[in-house]
Amino acid sequence: MNEVITILEHQGTGRDACVKVLQEIQGVFGYLPAEALRYVADHSQITKRQIYGVATFYELFRFKPPGRHQVKVCRGTACHVRGAPQILDAVAEELNLHGSEDTTEDGEFTFEKIACFGACALAPVTVTDGQTHGAMTPDKMRKQLKAILKKARAGKQEDPS
Amino acid sequence: MKTVSFTIDDRKVTAHAGTTILNAASKAGIDIPHLCFDPRVEAIGACRMCVVKVQGARGLVTSCTTTVAEGMKVVTEDHEIALRRKHVLELMLSEHCSTCMGCDKSGACRLQDYAYRYGADQDRFGVVLAQAPMRNFTTLNKGILFAADKCIKCGLCVKYCESVQMAEALTFAWRANRTEVTTPFDEDLHLTSCETCGGCIRVCPVGAMLDKNAVGKGRDSDLTRVKTICPYCGVGCQMDLLVDKQRNRIVRATSTPDAPINGGNLCVKGHFGVDYVSSPERLTHPLIRTADGFRQATWDEAITYVGDRLRAIRDQHGPDALAFVSSARTPNEENYLVQKLARTAGATNNVDNCATSCHAPTVAGLAAAFGSGAMTNSVSEIKDCKVMFLIGANPTAAHPIIGLEMKRALRSGAKLIVCDPRKTWLAKRAHIHIQHRPGSDNMLINAMLRCILDEDLADKQFIASRCEGFDEFEANLEGITVEAAATYCGVDAGLIRAAARLYATGKPSAIYYTLGITEHSCGTDNVKNIANLAMLTGQIGKWASGVNPLRGQNNVQGACDMGAMANKLPGYQDWSDPAVRAKFEKAWGVPLPQNKGSKVPLFIAAAGRGELKALYIVGEDLVATEPNQTQVIEDLGNLELLVCQEIFMSETAKQAHVILPSACWAEKDGTFSASERRMQLIRKAVDPPGEAKPDWEILCLVATAMGYPMHYDHPSQIFDELVSLSPMFGGMSHERIGETGLQWPCPTPDHPGTQFLHEGRFTRGKGRFHAITFQPQKEEPCGEYPLILSTGRTLYNYNCGNMTRKAEVINQRDPGNFVEIHPDTAARYGIAQDEKITVRTRRGTVTGLARVGERVRPDLIWMPFHFIEEPTNNVTIDEFDPVTATAEYKCCAAQIEKL
Repeated sequence: MNEVITILEHQGTGRDACVKVLQEIQGVFGYLPAEALRYVADHSQITKRQIYGVATFYELFRFKPPGRHQVKVCRGTACHVRGAPQILDAVAEELNLHGSEDTTEDGEFTFEKIACFGACALAPVTVTDGQTHGAMTPDKMRKQLKAILKKARAGKQEDPS
Repeated sequence: MKTVSFTIDDRKVTAHAGTTILNAASKAGIDIPHLCFDPRVEAIGACRMCVVKVQGARGLVTSCTTTVAEGMKVVTEDHEIALRRKHVLELMLSEHCSTCMGCDKSGACRLQDYAYRYGADQDRFGVVLAQAPMRNFTTLNKGILFAADKCIKCGLCVKYCESVQMAEALTFAWRANRTEVTTPFDEDLHLTSCETCGGCIRVCPVGAMLDKNAVGKGRDSDLTRVKTICPYCGVGCQMDLLVDKQRNRIVRATSTPDAPINGGNLCVKGHFGVDYVSSPERLTHPLIRTADGFRQATWDEAITYVGDRLRAIRDQHGPDALAFVSSARTPNEENYLVQKLARTAGATNNVDNCATSCHAPTVAGLAAAFGSGAMTNSVSEIKDCKVMFLIGANPTAAHPIIGLEMKRALRSGAKLIVCDPRKTWLAKRAHIHIQHRPGSDNMLINAMLRCILDEDLADKQFIASRCEGFDEFEANLEGITVEAAATYCGVDAGLIRAAARLYATGKPSAIYYTLGITEHSCGTDNVKNIANLAMLTGQIGKWASGVNPLRGQNNVQGACDMGAMANKLPGYQDWSDPAVRAKFEKAWGVPLPQNKGSKVPLFIAAAGRGELKALYIVGEDLVATEPNQTQVIEDLGNLELLVCQEIFMSETAKQAHVILPSACWAEKDGTFSASERRMQLIRKAVDPPGEAKPDWEILCLVATAMGYPMHYDHPSQIFDELVSLSPMFGGMSHERIGETGLQWPCPTPDHPGTQFLHEGRFTRGKGRFHAITFQPQKEEPCGEYPLILSTGRTLYNYNCGNMTRKAEVINQRDPGNFVEIHPDTAARYGIAQDEKITVRTRRGTVTGLARVGERVRPDLIWMPFHFIEEPTNNVTIDEFDPVTATAEYKCCAAQIEKL
């Protein structure tokens, strides 16, 4: 909890610090761990009620740890007309994600739909682990995911633990 | 206050500056449709139904959030506005499950009304409603049902929970069309910070928040609405019972914003605690003791038996052989009759009520200091306090609606000082919390008085012109130092000084206290010292400034007002005054008794010694509520005759020779006196079960059987007799009390009642200072019993639990006995959270689950006394205040053990 203590020291414990505090917690942990939120509720004027309202309102906050790999697919207008829906379907199928699920069961991938990256000239655009890919196709997307998965499995086999 | 003139729909209207258009219109009798507005909650401005046209403004404005201005021209409805409202309604209906046929709210639903009024088409936008989830945060709740598919997301329940109750159990989650009302992290409501006040149900304009147990049992139009007063604490909340007359059942309880004291707010006990009325455990027939239990008897047989025995004992053993205990739960009329029965047919002044266990030191102490023992201010003044000084009071649990008013004062910037050995809800939010050692109250107050004198903060002019006894009082404080007192109290001297300064300089400051002050062997001294504090600073006799004991039971104020105590006749008249005696003797047609009379704990002790032969108890469970229970049972066992007028087979009734079944509060008419001296009408809602009779009828039968004929046709006749004999109630009648009540003193029919006491002059003339020397508690902690045990009430249960524990909702929240222990103490004894432990004192033992937390000091353990199967009063100490015989429930020495 040392990180959370530092964050509260930095941002203050008033009710209006809520968004900032949550952003910083997510910055440190990659998500909003339940223990961290409980600590905030117990040690500041920010209440559980406020935390839950704010954290569900903004799309960027998440309550579960993100996958090891981030796959972001743009569904902006330009990407949409140049085939983004097919890429979205391909990713969901390849990762076996249904409905509002965004992270694979094995914790390898988190899949995010992005409103617009602002790189419309490259449409359709995807960003995998921070690397931007333009003129994406469903096939290229599947290959990319398979390659990451293969590498991950190989890594696991090498690691006897 | 500044007023402004403007027009609404071409009508000239004036209102205070700062009033909203909606409120101004409503006051002028013009109805503006609204869904998300409720007078109990700060305006939200979300539903867009209350939109109006204001000349010169851009577009339509929400009338609930726009304040009126001079010369403003408002149009509340025209074709364009109506069309806009229709549109808004159609959007709501697209997300609303419109199966009104199966909804409890049908007929009282504003959405339904407006949809009809504006001809809203529910299919205009198609149905975009997602299927409501099978399970939500109320699925496991025993009292509250949330029907997500009917929610219009107006936000009233969320706002009420957040800003009025301040429980923060409800929130909006997600966004846009996914928005939903839920709890933080969708936890089950009964596991959250929810206080089960039912506020979400009362403010919901549609049928989304409902009383779960009332579902399907009748819509508003099927039920009869009966306005009455809550039967629990002394705040005096007005509530509406919705009654199914055919089934003779109370279906649910609610309250409306026009309620005089509570403004439509209720706590868990008021909203959900009325199940006991129709409990199958109610007593339905008179019972007479046999060798192996009780047998059913006729009224004739039971009354003849009781009348004959009481008469025989009176005649054989004299006036001190019989005693009467009146009930602070029953109306004024019945309390009046109990003392009349005692003083006429019984020929004794041996009459008392449960104030002896709680606020008798208030009645004695404030009468000595000011001349009358009641709240000097009214509940409606709390919001205007600038400094609230609470000592030995936990209003958010024991007087929740007064707690709400204090929360409101806090929100508007009032400063709060709490002196309490426990970190209560308000203590946690106080500007100064003095967590002093239990039993050190007088030491603390003396230190504050010392500090006020030292720093020249006393109101010398007030003292000189309005008070007496100051020199002796001042001399008594000579040797006291704030530092020494702080050391004894276990708090920082700086805190005591800060509290003294804040209180003395508040404009205005008011004191609120309850049993943390009175339930000590020095209770009367404690009260007198509180009076000293108010007089020294001139903080009394003004709006929002005074001394306010919060009375514990619905009519304990009334039981005292009615003279159901040994030393006073109705209206606090002294029976030793010859003129008063003559008046009562003439009215009652018998000489008044001459014996001094006694008090409940002394009745019990006298029974133990064989001096008291007969005890007649109305609605009091002495076994469950008096200290040192084992001794109480033994003493009562000595009586030749114990009669109980009861609604349940209480622990005391089990010891009785005769039990007479009574009608409860919802089954008769009468009046209750609220803590703020307001007499209010209670009204019959249902018929009593079986052959149970109203207490006033039973008392008349008993008096008559004892040879003193007594007859009334209706409680209002009893009230009229009371009024004719008591100058302070002289201007009152059931008719005048009406729906808003009347606050005593009210001496003449044209007197409006008294908002606050002691303005310009104390009731007794001059306010009297008392020199108070600190007296320690009777039983100090020692090696064998190193901890201090204190007892009190929870939010959910009420006293011996006979009434509240019949409600499942309440049992879900507060199921059994517990012991609050500081983590350091728990660690020392190796006790874990929720572990069952034993508490032992010199009187006996009791068990409870350990509730480990920093709510109590390390030297303190705290227990409620609501659970008869684990009776806390088995261990409390039978030491009493010498003036009033009030027991020292708040401190005794105790030890804890693992089971």
